[in-house]
Amino acid sequence: MSKFRKDGKKELPAISTASLPDIVFMLLFFFMVATTMREVDLNVDIMVPEAKEITKLEKKDLVSNIYVGVPMRKFAKTYGSEPRIQLNDQFATVDDIQAFISTERESRKEELRNKLTTSLKVDQYTKMGIITDIKQELRKASSLKLNYSTRQTAE
Amino acid sequence: MARKTPEINSSSMADIAFLLLIFFLVTTTMDVDTGIYKKLPPIPDKEQQDVDVKVKKRNVFSILVNRNNELLVNGEILRISDLREKTKEFFMNPSNLETLPEKALKNVPYFGDVMVSKGLISLQNDRGTQYATYIRVQDELAAASRELKDEKSMQKWGKKYDQLDADQQEAVRKYIPVQISEAEPRNTGGK
Repeated sequence: MSKFRKDGKKELPAISTASLPDIVFMLLFFFMVATTMREVDLNVDIMVPEAKEITKLEKKDLVSNIYVGVPMRKFAKTYGSEPRIQLNDQFATVDDIQAFISTERESRKEELRNKLTTSLKVDQYTKMGIITDIKQELRKASSLKLNYSTRQTAE
Repeated sequence: MARKTPEINSSSMADIAFLLLIFFLVTTTMDVDTGIYKKLPPIPDKEQQDVDVKVKKRNVFSILVNRNNELLVNGEILRISDLREKTKEFFMNPSNLETLPEKALKNVPYFGDVMVSKGLISLQNDRGTQYATYIRVQDELAAASRELKDEKSMQKWGKKYDQLDADQQEAVRKYIPVQISEAEPRNTGGK
């Protein structure tokens, strides 16, 4: 019987935290795989419209984003409350789009340059005027693949 | 008796992993980019510009969206919710009406000789139209096109259009050519 009974007076062992790193690493790997790097800080408020017939945008490295929306409150004083275009980290005008597209092209490998898609992330309350202008500029820059970013309609 | 080697203290391992985890949480985003894919038409050449393609009036499904987000479809005011049915009716023209588009006999792989609609959608919006409305219209048109394609593929293969292979999809696309042409922008209306 005394086989099982250890002699007393032994200290209570601390709860092992050896598996804690494993758990955290698991979480870490999950996030590393499931997410992508954030590229720009948004300066404009964007709530993209909803749609049902949407497709997933593959190959994020072949997508260049154009953001259109009302400037955030901290920029409202300098940039007003009319919808503005944001390219990379800065506010821009319609005239900057062609230059933006050509720099985007140049930063890609040569064989991938004509596969570049432009994704328009536009706030739903924006008027079409600015978007028509952007589309014309894209056509002039002969960047014809376009994606209107939308959310999935909640069923 | 051999002395027990002390365990390496690994309690800081969790801290390191947490640090990395928080770094990734902050610098990455999870949103999947979804959207409506469109191809813009190239800018026409100067010489080409004068040549207007003449299309019969009955073959055109003209959609106008004004600055109050109202739709005028072939001269009639229409709610967006009715647009899908109207579009489908336009392309199918089930009772061969005079007012709806003509059909042409065409040889389509898998289907054989079939009547293919000559219809064409023309979409024009005002500068003051809301973006959400524009997307809604595009979405309804895409939905109409998909429903028609699904219908045909169900009849032929008993499968939805998405599940067909590339050749079959190509054939269905030929059978139901839904073309949306967006008018060259005109400066009407304010901002």
